[in-house]
Amino acid sequence: MIALEPLVLADPFPRGVGFYLVGGLLIGLGVSLIYLGTGIIAGASTFLESTLSYVSDVERFDQYEASRDWRVVFTVGIVAGAALYTLVIAGEAFVTEVQPWRLALGGVLIGMGTRLGKGCTSGHGICGIGSFSGTSFANVATFMIVAIGTALVVAAMGVTP
Amino acid sequence: MVLVLLGGMTFGVGLAHSRMAEPEIVLSFLQLTDLGLLFVMGGAVVVTATTMFVATRYLDRAPLTGAIYATRKKRFDSNVMLGGGLFGVGWGLSGVCPGAAYASVGIGNYLILYAIGGMFLGAYVQGYARSYVADRGRAAMGAD
Repeated sequence: MIALEPLVLADPFPRGVGFYLVGGLLIGLGVSLIYLGTGIIAGASTFLESTLSYVSDVERFDQYEASRDWRVVFTVGIVAGAALYTLVIAGEAFVTEVQPWRLALGGVLIGMGTRLGKGCTSGHGICGIGSFSGTSFANVATFMIVAIGTALVVAAMGVTP
Repeated sequence: MVLVLLGGMTFGVGLAHSRMAEPEIVLSFLQLTDLGLLFVMGGAVVVTATTMFVATRYLDRAPLTGAIYATRKKRFDSNVMLGGGLFGVGWGLSGVCPGAAYASVGIGNYLILYAIGGMFLGAYVQGYARSYVADRGRAAMGAD
């Protein structure tokens, strides 16, 4: 019998919502800054393929040669911003307890899925939804439902953390 | 490029502050024990949608590049659903998505490198397979 305990939402926001909302607004602000200045619609997952184009001559990656430099800068910015936040504000580093095999296997599926599906949580989830794109709504609805189902099944099978 | 760096940093601060860079937080959302992540995505979407709405209607061109402001609309095909499904399994298994993974490096979560390594591998396999299929398609046409 699968435990349905997690589905019982006595309190849907046990950690409060303040830091979630502020973080989300900052993410939107970062995307907006880049967009207003340059017209670039920044997504995070194309970086994977565009960076591969530096070292691989697989034809598929050629199309990203024009954008690969700013994508590296964008990603370095994400790492640097999070690092600065940790050093100045949070004060301590965080290390996950999620098992490495889950991270690695999940990573492979994310790498294939986001590139096949033309975007990820930022490209489709933020910029695409923000553009009222039907394609993005379809993609986001799919990955949301599948991810919730997967996470519930994995938890029900007793895989923790 | 300086602006892209600043925007990326703001994006990274947002991912760290919202704690979306921590897989445990994402998993608690996907396991439906804390729905707060809706506010991260909602907040980001509202700001982005407003910016894009205003820029595409009332602004001329991007000052730094001269680019016309466009929205992000990609063509729909079956890959959009297949890719979304694969990504969903990966996200649900690991609690990681690409942007949050980069930010996770910044918060000191060195174990996230397993996930980032996996993402590069997955992206490479996908690119190799699609280039191979495209190649074969051309070869078949040429033989005709």
